[in-house]
Amino acid sequence: MINRRKLLQTSSAVAAVSSLGFPAVVRAQKAPIKIGLMAPLTGVLAAGGKELVEGFELWWERNGKEIAGRKIEITVEDDASNPDTALQKARRLVEQTNVHFLIGNITANTGLAVANYVKGNGVPYFIPVIAADDLTQRNRIPNVLRIAGYTGSQMTRPLADWSLKAGYKKVATVSQDYAYGHEMCGGFCQTFTEGGGQIVQQFWHPLNNSDFSPYLGQLQGLGVDAIFGMETGADASRFLQQYTSFGLKGKIPLIGAMNVADQSVIRTLGDEPMDVVSCAMFAEGGQDEATKAFVAGYEERYQKLPSVFGTTHYSGAKWLTEALTAIGGNVEDREALLKAVRGIELKGTPLGSVVKLDPYGHPVYNVFIRKVVKRADGKKWNVPIATYENVSQFWKYDPETYMKQPSYSRTFQGIKS
Amino acid sequence: MTDGERRHPAWVSWASSVGVLAVLATLPFVLKSYHLGIATQILIFAILAMSIDVLAGFSGRTPLCHGAIFGTATYFVIYSVNIWDLPLPAALLVGVAAATVLSAVFAILAVRVSGVYFLLLTLALGLVVWGVCLRWSQVTGGENGLRGDLRRGALADIKVFYAIAAATSLFAYIAMRRFVNSPFGLTLRGIRDSESRMASLGYNVTLHVFLAFVVSGFFAGLAGSIYAVFNNYVSPSAVALPQSVQGLLMAIVGGIGTLVGSYVGAALIIMLELFVSAFTERWQIVLGSVFVAIMLFAPEGIVGKINQLTRRHSQSKNTNP
Amino acid sequence: MSVFQVLNGLTFAALLFIVASGFTLIFGLLRIVNLAHGALYLLGGYIGLTVATATGSYLLSGIAAMAGIALAGLLLDQTLLRWVKGHDLRQVLLTLGVALVLNDLTLVIWGGDTFSVPIPSVLQGAANVGSVFYPKFRLFVLGVGILTFICLWLMLNKTRLGALIRAGVDDAEMVEASGINIQRVFLLTFMLGSALAGLGGWLGGAFLTLYPSADSEILVFSMAVVIIGGRGSLIGAAVGSILIGMLNTFGQVWFPELAYFVIFGPMALLLAFRPLGLFGRAT
Repeated sequence: MINRRKLLQTSSAVAAVSSLGFPAVVRAQKAPIKIGLMAPLTGVLAAGGKELVEGFELWWERNGKEIAGRKIEITVEDDASNPDTALQKARRLVEQTNVHFLIGNITANTGLAVANYVKGNGVPYFIPVIAADDLTQRNRIPNVLRIAGYTGSQMTRPLADWSLKAGYKKVATVSQDYAYGHEMCGGFCQTFTEGGGQIVQQFWHPLNNSDFSPYLGQLQGLGVDAIFGMETGADASRFLQQYTSFGLKGKIPLIGAMNVADQSVIRTLGDEPMDVVSCAMFAEGGQDEATKAFVAGYEERYQKLPSVFGTTHYSGAKWLTEALTAIGGNVEDREALLKAVRGIELKGTPLGSVVKLDPYGHPVYNVFIRKVVKRADGKKWNVPIATYENVSQFWKYDPETYMKQPSYSRTFQGIKS
Repeated sequence: MTDGERRHPAWVSWASSVGVLAVLATLPFVLKSYHLGIATQILIFAILAMSIDVLAGFSGRTPLCHGAIFGTATYFVIYSVNIWDLPLPAALLVGVAAATVLSAVFAILAVRVSGVYFLLLTLALGLVVWGVCLRWSQVTGGENGLRGDLRRGALADIKVFYAIAAATSLFAYIAMRRFVNSPFGLTLRGIRDSESRMASLGYNVTLHVFLAFVVSGFFAGLAGSIYAVFNNYVSPSAVALPQSVQGLLMAIVGGIGTLVGSYVGAALIIMLELFVSAFTERWQIVLGSVFVAIMLFAPEGIVGKINQLTRRHSQSKNTNP
Repeated sequence: MSVFQVLNGLTFAALLFIVASGFTLIFGLLRIVNLAHGALYLLGGYIGLTVATATGSYLLSGIAAMAGIALAGLLLDQTLLRWVKGHDLRQVLLTLGVALVLNDLTLVIWGGDTFSVPIPSVLQGAANVGSVFYPKFRLFVLGVGILTFICLWLMLNKTRLGALIRAGVDDAEMVEASGINIQRVFLLTFMLGSALAGLGGWLGGAFLTLYPSADSEILVFSMAVVIIGGRGSLIGAAVGSILIGMLNTFGQVWFPELAYFVIFGPMALLLAFRPLGLFGRAT
């Protein structure tokens, strides 16, 4: 009796109690595997959140909701892009619904809040979109793994290398002023300047910036070879539109973070995003067979091309399926689950290359330099124009040395002068 | 807009106090950790709602900035532990002090106006705080906020934390009740009912409202400080407008000018949100509709309505205008 | 201060003025701080988007947005606000509830993607203004803003309705006592103010794009304009818009790290000295 009570106090996952309280084998055969999926379904990122859920669900629809004789039960919660709500929902999923692990979220602040919560109780938490560098670097948490995900700086280093090769010498950056923007820009600026390029000026603006004209006005006179844009969601749409209406399009090439050219942004626009070059670990216009199959299937099911949110969560679901199969569905053993997830070499996902985790819980895979072009039917999509193989979150640096440099911020962009 | 509870016979207050204490003491033994967490949250937000009630229900000034005051305390607590290495009790004091100072600044700027204009002004002031928290990322962590590690040792146990929150909440309730029933509080009610009359009687209206604002800010800060320990995390959403709106709604739903209604309001809103969001994503529509319905049909709130009905019953005539 | 940045400030101010003038008219005459004004703006933008996409006519989409939102204002006033007449705070909080519902409804109907109202090719691209090359659409918004100001000014100062509104702003009871049906004036003003929100949403839908939280952003800006300008003052709304538009532009250029503070800092400071705004009068 005392043992049981103590367990209830120290372990929030009541599932652990049942697996210890009863013969584990008998229970494990019957009880479902419970997954807690969190996404912003209301608020400014509602569209992205919906696609996240769609991508995740699509995998299970196709491959059946059963692993090793156990049903898969998915509980979806709306985090509203609000960290307080996300925390509350994570608590509910873990302590009330008794899910075995958590996955999802889009904004870094919701992801960081949930990560801080699972840090205390050891619940596995998978983050295919949460990109905050330090979650798999300086402040990594053993039970937080970035399956099929990415970090900001990882993506923009190959783009910097490509830009140097394309002959760009002077670049200015325009970015949202928060950690994700700092990291996206930092990765670019560090590699670009180390390769001999010059960052002429950096513009930072608050999230949900209504009017880009003040920056566009200054950008015109800088005499740069290209502009690096780091914008998400509505900011990205506005930025692309105003970039065009102020006549910069066609004069100064625009390169940028993957979010600027993501399907979630470009599908509702006209010709504004055409020719924008960005970088990501997937390209919906790629020639890889698995990618093509996924894109066609997604388009048939949801009548639109997949964005980063759907793609990563579809891939993440495949990753989890393989790991759960490997451990015979014994999801109660968290250590075994995490170990299996770490050990997987994932092939045949829409990401378009073999994916595996580095020792820090972050994926290594091919990164594509992509360009927005029109498909035969007039829909815009990203096609790869160059590939960087096996890109790690540490690029070509030694991990331990790299982590001694500060995290990217407004004041530290790794710029070599 | 009445303070009905003082009219009940003494034994009713005693019996209900004992009853409430008994329920609060039993909860840790019957609830699962998740539900106990919700109870804790209700107790904390009730403090925030009561602090709003002090202004809205007893001073005739409805504010929309208490989320900002609340969240400022939360920021200060986490920041002073993380960066200044203060022990938790000292950090909590810093949080409350910061909130009190902020509310004094707000009060200086806003006490001269009343009614809708006061609402609008305090809303704008709250936005300034939100803007600072969002933009001053070197200190506040910007959009990503600050992560804390405050629930160490015994505090990690939700039962212990619940006990602390319950004790704080009770303290806040008793203190605020004494405040509004004190001679000072009675003057405030006079101001609420007729500002010009109190002014012509020689009362310094501005000073009274200023002090009420600061007292109210102190308690909002107390709630925010405890919340820092509960959530272990703070981001601009803690100081954003929806936080102020939610706090005000809790006070209104429960019953403005009743204090104890804040508990009813906090419990109702938090549980409704949990209940509704389990079935639909359309929480915002439900919340908005509740807001509209309360304003149309029961602006005196639940406790206010009960007080009204019982008084009608016991006095068998309606003296309430 | 380049011509270019001044134009940026002015064009943004023009949009703000259109939205804020509606807000301040309602606030001034009816004493209602309509916190659903931003939601009406967003709804107007979405109506404009739908009509423009369906019919291909930009002009028609603008008329539809204004008429649709005027109608929404009528509904809001007649079905909800009329029951809480005379209770300032209840009215404000009621509109807050309406704002939450409307915002979520637009999300249900139009989804969360970022949309832009399609504009005719005449307004696309840039034009030469003196020495600079400037987007035509923004100049169009500036023109509409100035036109709106002129129309409102004429309406308020040269028509009977305007005289009634002005008198009502100062003392509604007096007007009522002189045997005039002030309720009708109230209703017309509410519809007019709402229509202006619709007009703003239609223009803003191409200027700033439409997305789920656009309503609260424009509302915050409009409130800042009205707080600075003063309740019910058309001149105040114009001055406030220009001030906020300029602060927004030059704040971003000169103090990029304080961009948000630059807008609301001066506003808070102004309040300390003039709690009722530049042109506000006590009632």
